[in-house]
Amino acid sequence: MKTDLDNLVSQVRRDILRMVHQVNSGHPGGSLGCTEFFVVLFNKILNFNIPFTEDGINEDIFILSNGHISPVYYSVLSRVGFFDLNELGTFRKINSRLQGHPTNHDNLPGVRISSGSLGQGLSVAIGSALSKRLNSDDSLVYVLTGDGELQEGQNWEAIMFAYAKKIDNLIAIVDLNGQQIDGSTSDVLNIGSLKDKFSSFGWEVVEIEKGNNMEQVFNGMVKAKELTKNHKPVVVLMKTIMGNGVDFMMHTHKWHGIAPNDEQLDIALSQNPETLGDY
Amino acid sequence: MEKFTNTGDKDTRSGFGEGLTELGRNNNNVVALCADLTGSLKMNEFAKENPNRFIQVGVAEANMIGIAAGLTIGGKIPFTGTFANFSTGRVYDQIRQSIAYSSKNVKICASHAGITLGEDGATHQILEDIGLMKMLPGMTVINTCDFNQTKLATIAIADHNGPVYLRFGRPKVPNFTSKDFDFKIGKGIMLKEGKDVTIVSTGHLVWESIEASKKLEEIGISSEIINIHTIKPLDEEIIISSVKKTNAIVSAEEHNYLGGLGESVSRTLSTNYPVPQEFIATNDTFGESGTPFELMKKYGLDSDSIVESVKKVISRK
Repeated sequence: MKTDLDNLVSQVRRDILRMVHQVNSGHPGGSLGCTEFFVVLFNKILNFNIPFTEDGINEDIFILSNGHISPVYYSVLSRVGFFDLNELGTFRKINSRLQGHPTNHDNLPGVRISSGSLGQGLSVAIGSALSKRLNSDDSLVYVLTGDGELQEGQNWEAIMFAYAKKIDNLIAIVDLNGQQIDGSTSDVLNIGSLKDKFSSFGWEVVEIEKGNNMEQVFNGMVKAKELTKNHKPVVVLMKTIMGNGVDFMMHTHKWHGIAPNDEQLDIALSQNPETLGDY
Repeated sequence: MEKFTNTGDKDTRSGFGEGLTELGRNNNNVVALCADLTGSLKMNEFAKENPNRFIQVGVAEANMIGIAAGLTIGGKIPFTGTFANFSTGRVYDQIRQSIAYSSKNVKICASHAGITLGEDGATHQILEDIGLMKMLPGMTVINTCDFNQTKLATIAIADHNGPVYLRFGRPKVPNFTSKDFDFKIGKGIMLKEGKDVTIVSTGHLVWESIEASKKLEEIGISSEIINIHTIKPLDEEIIISSVKKTNAIVSAEEHNYLGGLGESVSRTLSTNYPVPQEFIATNDTFGESGTPFELMKKYGLDSDSIVESVKKVISRK
């Protein structure tokens, strides 16, 4: 039996596909791969307030480091009530708050930092976590990064810092889809075992074997939360399938940064029925 | 002419350190971050008095900038401290995306700016930082001239909502501005009135301009001196109204002529009231090792060079 969240996943996938199709640009692959994660995070894990405040006092903070998966971010922000659904139709168009990569520059509710140039989100999340510590605010900070993104050196400065300074109100999630623009991460620049790397840097590591299975995502995130507030940063290594939910987009880097044409869109949408109403 | 009394040579970075210490006592939201240069930046006192609000990030400037951006979420006012080179060029994209484009209330405080860093040489002597920072939309850029002004500027930027680049230096230089001055971001200071030429200067070149003015007086040239501490936003009015009187201007700064104060002045005048201008600045070059004052002389950043530029600009009227 389909649950409400299954219906939401199907609808978010439609949003992603229609958004990138209408402007013939954007990044559907990683967005589709993280759809279940975003749906679970914003419906079952995060404690957030609407109306939105940039300071986010006494609520959980989410930072998206790999900003190119903005379609899934925008869709879910809108579907949980941060802004009007119709605004999704402005994605990547002129005079829109829904820029190609997310930004708070135009006061889009739900977004607290600009991202797109990779490798910066983990540092920002650490700063946000330190701010919470100084404010005696018990809420948590979550940050999602890509796996290819970990090739950026700034991440490793941040990973070293978070352990040394016992940033234990932070959960970093790595989207392990094994793909990046030029090919698989193992071919482009092998990042090896992230479990070994994070463990040796002193982090608590949680693994989610099937990051496109909502129950597994939920259980993994609950486990991660249980590991917080214990003097160590926590990372969730979440294996996902890039392009998940659209058969011809799955298991390949080819849909990292291109949009479907009319015919491909029809096929993709036929695999993801309209459940909650298109924007 | 007006008297400018040097109350004793002091380094501008110590003005920053004292200002930061005062902020630590008066503003609980001020947080300081440093990338392994606490002593050089004179942040020790703040660190000692506010251990919870001082964050040592190690030699990792990119991470420091990102953490500073994140600290603003929740209302903190982060002050980052390292050398000017590592405060700007090394972390330009982090500042651009996580601070400037994100409109974050971060104060990037940069010591050892310019050629007067001295013996460490060109790797550490950034002469491009004003240009890099002023090109970022929304960034306020301040270059202070002495200890007192640096202390006042440090305190003032905490009350300014928005990203700021505060630039100061290493060597001990004359301390001559008033410690009780009403420092206002974006407001130039008329140091001395004159009629033949306007000298508009920033940072360590302000004292050199005062020295030049005395030499000019001896040869019958009356110079007006304006201290521009805030390069962006520029106090255009004080500059335009001055050149309407003098019809010639010399800009003076410890920076490449490309991208510095002089270019901002030039743009202001060319679009409002064009007059001849000469530039006291480095000539699109890297620096080298040497004592601060040897370097200022060699690279044409001293009072004698200002005198020569004034003569030249007056001849072009």
